Amino acid sequence: MSIFEYNGSALVAMVGKNCFAIASDRRLGVQLQTISTDFQRIFKIHDKLFLGLSGLGSDAQTLYQRLVFRHKLYQLREERVMKPETFASLVSAVLYEKRFGPYFCQPVIAGLGDDDKPFICTMDSIGAKELAKDFVVAGTASESLYGACESMFKPDMEHEELFETISQALLSSVDRDCLSGWGGHVYVVTPTEVTERILKGRMD
Amino acid sequence: MECVFGMVGKGFALVVADTSAVNSILVHKSNEDKIMVLDSHKLMGASGEAGDRAQFTEYVQKNVSLYQFRNGIPLTTKAAANFMRGELATALRKNPYMVNIVLAGYDKETGPSIYFIDYIATLHKVDKAAFGYGSYFSLAMMDRHYHPDMTVEEAIKLAEQCIEEIRSRLVVAPQNFVIKIVDKDGAREHSWRRTTKD
Repeated sequence: MSIFEYNGSALVAMVGKNCFAIASDRRLGVQLQTISTDFQRIFKIHDKLFLGLSGLGSDAQTLYQRLVFRHKLYQLREERVMKPETFASLVSAVLYEKRFGPYFCQPVIAGLGDDDKPFICTMDSIGAKELAKDFVVAGTASESLYGACESMFKPDMEHEELFETISQALLSSVDRDCLSGWGGHVYVVTPTEVTERILKGRMD
Repeated sequence: MECVFGMVGKGFALVVADTSAVNSILVHKSNEDKIMVLDSHKLMGASGEAGDRAQFTEYVQKNVSLYQFRNGIPLTTKAAANFMRGELATALRKNPYMVNIVLAGYDKETGPSIYFIDYIATLHKVDKAAFGYGSYFSLAMMDRHYHPDMTVEEAIKLAEQCIEEIRSRLVVAPQNFVIKIVDKDGAREHSWRRTTKD
């Protein structure tokens, strides 16, 4: 079993009309054994920037702590929060620093940039950015997620419809992956508010 | 073959560990205490490589005491858990500690808590945790019978059921177990469940 599949994870981010949604599963496992069903994979960097980390749980926690540290320093120096594009470049740089001993994580970054334009991107474990206009996926269920998102996604969805779409895509994909699932955690972010919802899916 | 498990009850947290020290087919001793009392209100049940276990638990205990001496106040359970995770994560890519930890603590403000810390430094706050081959049996038993806000008697009964399950279903089951408890009155040894005298 690959080290990326040790804990199990599923992450997806989608772009809507002046909003974005980011969703993850909730399982923390150690290979075949489930340890917990309330593991946090999506972290808030600031009100309009969210980071999801799939892959090895330990490296996700370490990476999150390092990135929050860098963002807080940036905020102190620049007296403003980071734009999502900038943050994505920061994550990419931090990952590539460990090119020959990498963090076993695949980040998904979602944020509202200038003029509240939604921005999403993902990258591999050594920081190769993949920008997308519609959706990005990561984790052990990524192949199922690609299929589900490709068929369910429509451009310019409002936040209610976006929530429904991303939830359905996540739940149907993790049902086909034994290492992820046990519910879902969805954040829908508009310029004015952040809505956090827990999904109840197949608990197996 | 080492079994450690723990659970949170109403106003207390319980940690149970086996007490065997084994080398291949030989049992060196069956009264090895694997649950270290970190400070007045913290218990650290550890399983894994014997040398790493003894070394790492002592290192953490001394550092927890040092913090208290330097700053005049004890660490919270969450802070101690994060300290341990940090040490394990730093050592992970140089010289990893092969130790799995169940940390139980009682804080005045937040009550009892249990933290699951993997040997690769995965940290998670949980209601029930278990490591080792025994975890397949004890986690299943706890999933069935555990409910939030159990009394001490109910929790001890559940711990005994888990121990019984491990004894009857694990091929090289450990002989003796120790149960330690932490609540508002402090961390202390509760009882033993022996099958052999040592």
